Amino acid sequence: MKREIPVLITLIAGVFCLIGFFVPHPWVRNGYQDLQNWALILVGLTYVLGVANVLRVNVDGIQNRHKDWIYKIVLVAGLVVMVVIGFAAGDGFLDASSQFSWMYRNFYTPMSATMFSLLAFFIASAAFRAFRIRSTEALLLAIAAFILMIGRVPIGNAIHPIIPASADWLMEVPQNAAKRGILIGAALGVMATGIRLILGIEKTYGSGEGGS
Amino acid sequence: MSGIPWLRDLDRRWIFLAVALLTIIPLVTGFHIAPVKPGHRAEGFYKAIEDLPAGSTVLLAGDYDPGTIAENYPAHLAAARHLFRRNIKIVAIALYPGGPPLSDQVLSIAAEEYGKKLGVDYVNLGFKSGNELVMSRMGLSIPDTYPVDIRGVPVSEIPVMQGIENYNSLALLVNISAGYPGTKEWVQQVVSRYHIPMVAAVTAVSAPEYYPYLQTKQLHGLLGGMAGAAEYEALLDEPGLAMRGMDAQSLAHVFIALMIILGNIANPPKRDGHRGPA
Repeated sequence: MKREIPVLITLIAGVFCLIGFFVPHPWVRNGYQDLQNWALILVGLTYVLGVANVLRVNVDGIQNRHKDWIYKIVLVAGLVVMVVIGFAAGDGFLDASSQFSWMYRNFYTPMSATMFSLLAFFIASAAFRAFRIRSTEALLLAIAAFILMIGRVPIGNAIHPIIPASADWLMEVPQNAAKRGILIGAALGVMATGIRLILGIEKTYGSGEGGS
Repeated sequence: MSGIPWLRDLDRRWIFLAVALLTIIPLVTGFHIAPVKPGHRAEGFYKAIEDLPAGSTVLLAGDYDPGTIAENYPAHLAAARHLFRRNIKIVAIALYPGGPPLSDQVLSIAAEEYGKKLGVDYVNLGFKSGNELVMSRMGLSIPDTYPVDIRGVPVSEIPVMQGIENYNSLALLVNISAGYPGTKEWVQQVVSRYHIPMVAAVTAVSAPEYYPYLQTKQLHGLLGGMAGAAEYEALLDEPGLAMRGMDAQSLAHVFIALMIILGNIANPPKRDGHRGPA
């Protein structure tokens, strides 16, 4: 029963959602709507679980002086301070003058943007140290990369209009063909996995074991 | 060993310094290299908004957070300006928890410039967890999915939400996307099912993923990264954050191309038959 009941729930919910997608009758529609509401509530609860898990793992790391425990203090303090300030501000927590907005603008935004912008530095360094043209395939990759890097910015058009035109051709013909193939393949895979889940062939979600 | 020893052993901090200078100098000095020439993908984005009748309502989904602010924010701000310039009403949502304050910021800047009022001309419904489920649920009822706006005001009391029931009440979906959940999910869950016209502004790295949707007209326009946003600003004739950043980006791209060449000169690869990665 431990296995059968979750499989049965999945089967009923899965088939009902499939029917709900195609049948607009109020009976089906209302049930479909209720199922979606339950799912939204469940997803919302996972955020609470996520926060609890972050706290459990990091507080444990601080107490037992795990590697880099000092950074865990910063993480936990940041989480607690943002939550407390947000709740204290109530419905106006996003007002431009609120303390929450001030911390969002002056801590969260620059720190997140900094992490992303570091990519430019590491890509430049990796291009110098790691991109070795040691085969015909690598040469083709390098040529395509040059055309795209120069063709996608205004300097490409200033050098010669053929550069952005070539970049567009690369993106819209060979790249698009490959991407379309990947998308179709992935969609077929998702459909197959969905059918396996609904029919109870794929049980990894319930048992913690590999699917049969 | 062949190659150029001193270049081979170049301290990577010199590379970091060069990247920093090449990006900071154009931004600080306003040094200008080349004009931005809009492409057909940006023109599609522009035209989709330009063709909307004044007074219609669009859904502006700001699905990103400050991590990709450099690429997404300029397009987000330009789109909000364009919509208000055309007297179009905006219903904003976010499927990223860190997104709603950015939507608030963008809407308040654009609203102030065009004299638009919160609640009357636009509303920010904020974040809702659930990804594709939220998209699908909005197809049944937007007021049931978002019963209150980001400030806790019931949507039944918000003038701009009057008459908004589901996607049929909206003229266009404008998605500003950093990845998942984002443009791909909106196309799959909403465009293919409810046939609402859609345009998207996405990060440069994810843009190739959406080209097939452009070809099938499931997307009417696409802005890829800061370059796409700059093209859109050029079409609007409102130079902004993206156009200011394009010269820095041009120099950085040329520098990275140069680094690949220099790296191969400094330390030439051996063609030993090994067919590993580049």
